[in-house]
Amino acid sequence: MELAGIAAYLVSFFTFVGIYAILVLGLNMQWGFSGQFNIGVAGFFAVGAYTSAILTTPESPWHVGGYGMPFLVGIVGAVIASALLGLLIGWVTARLRTDYLAIATIGIAETLRLIIANERWLTNGVRGMSNIERPYADFFNALGLSSAMGSLIVVCAFLVMVYFLVERARQSPWGRVQRAIRENEPAAEASGKNIGRFRLQAFVVGSAIMGLGGALYAHYFGFLSPEAFLPLYGTFLVWVMLIAGGSGNNKGALLGTVIIWAIWSGSEFLMSTALPDALSGQSGPLRVLLIGVLLQVILIKRPEGLLPEKAPKTVPFGKQK
Amino acid sequence: MDLLIDLIQLTVYGVVLGSILALGAIGVSMIFGILRFAHFAHGDLMTIGAYVGLSFIAVTDAPIWWALPAGMTGAALTALVVDQAVYKHIRRTQPVILLISSFGMALVLRSIVQIIWGPSVQSYPTGIQRPWWIWEISIVPNHVWIMLATVVIVTALHLFLTRTRIGKAMRAMSDNMDLALVTGIPAERVIMITWLIGGALAAGAGVLLGMDSRLTPTMGWNILLPVFAAAILGGIGRPYGAIAGGLVIGMAMEISTLFLEPSYKPAVAFVIMVAVLIVRPQGIFKGAL
Repeated sequence: MELAGIAAYLVSFFTFVGIYAILVLGLNMQWGFSGQFNIGVAGFFAVGAYTSAILTTPESPWHVGGYGMPFLVGIVGAVIASALLGLLIGWVTARLRTDYLAIATIGIAETLRLIIANERWLTNGVRGMSNIERPYADFFNALGLSSAMGSLIVVCAFLVMVYFLVERARQSPWGRVQRAIRENEPAAEASGKNIGRFRLQAFVVGSAIMGLGGALYAHYFGFLSPEAFLPLYGTFLVWVMLIAGGSGNNKGALLGTVIIWAIWSGSEFLMSTALPDALSGQSGPLRVLLIGVLLQVILIKRPEGLLPEKAPKTVPFGKQK
Repeated sequence: MDLLIDLIQLTVYGVVLGSILALGAIGVSMIFGILRFAHFAHGDLMTIGAYVGLSFIAVTDAPIWWALPAGMTGAALTALVVDQAVYKHIRRTQPVILLISSFGMALVLRSIVQIIWGPSVQSYPTGIQRPWWIWEISIVPNHVWIMLATVVIVTALHLFLTRTRIGKAMRAMSDNMDLALVTGIPAERVIMITWLIGGALAAGAGVLLGMDSRLTPTMGWNILLPVFAAAILGGIGRPYGAIAGGLVIGMAMEISTLFLEPSYKPAVAFVIMVAVLIVRPQGIFKGAL
């Protein structure tokens, strides 16, 4: 592989890492901080992606939209739409136990996928939506950078923003209340915290972050179809990344994303070269098997992840004023 | 009048689907009763059962009904192996870790099915079946067999739970874990038997589902949501409620095709489930394991 090929591969690798890292940080807000079990990540991912795509694409005979809005409007729309979805789900499921929340969230995600696949007028169904532009392609071209490189820069900028947001939230009194609720709900309630409201806040913020990830995915990849939002890609990989890295720890979430994405995309490369032709059709299931077994090993051997959660440093007293 | 005929016809289909859902939901309910977690790999145990049955009749040339016991044995052993190799080691932590693990296990089992049997659609050699016509309602012989098989399996389970020592121990553990443990019930053995029975019931559902339609690696995952809906409707942890829940969900899913796209059937099950969770989270039927 020549140098340009490697460079292009690295750009695509890190763009996907950046997008997945945003999803993982969103999940960490829900599961790592406040202990809410969401296995419908793919649903929020999809809502963000499709909202932004519908807002920003030029007119098309195949689906609604044609608003041709700028990139940032798409992003804001995606964040608002997924936050609203999170608000609705969080409100409905507020009183439910973990198991029920898990079943309810995956139900929402699968129902959304059915809607995306069946409502042709809205999303062009399984044929998918295309012509989604990469962010500020003209601007980056003028600087002599490819549009893929530009996407990477934009994704990184958003990732840095989200990271500082969630890290600040973690250290704040708000984050402490979240952990208190996660560890001991009756005690948190006895100290006068409104448990329902705090949990709902974490759920909505996490959902909004996932929606942002979805919008960035749509603009980088340029094409959306229901396939991309199967539980495998949209939910399972995100969970494995968080568990491997260490739930509750934002740095761990980032580390887990890089490692698992390296294994996931590396195994594709490895199997395409190592497997004999007769077995090449099996590389997909083999890769899933690999990641699935890896998850079981982590859960048995190191359930706290590579970077376990640490008690945060409190903000020094002087800085608060 | 046509509407009435459609309605009766769809009710028949609904009872068939409901029987299949009930078999899956009983297993989910029993596992929840004993181990306190929602088993997300249950749909893929169904898939394993269906494919093991398919291979058994292909290899031995046995009549198609042998797929049922063969598949049930295969999936029961699979469930036991999965428990001993993985779940056993994380049982002592919080149940939610088991939930994550089972979600991963669902994908592991599905990829194993794809690796062994390939991704293409397969079917049991049932041949073309001539429906029986009663008035203007058509009944396919297979549907009658599916309902009969469900009745036989459920009856056998009922006798096991109420007449045998280990069945009673199982009900005791589901009722009150601590009390059961102090009276010296062999917890580990009861858990193993729960997995064997849960796996066998799942395979029963899988084989019958395969006879009703076709076999694909995602057949079990696709029906998992309605199975959970049935278990929750019946009051999770209560196998007898799960039977009623399965029938209600199955009929609702089929009758919904009168005014909705058939591909939305799982969504119908889901909406009913959410409604139950909001209004009556304890389920609508009474009666413990």
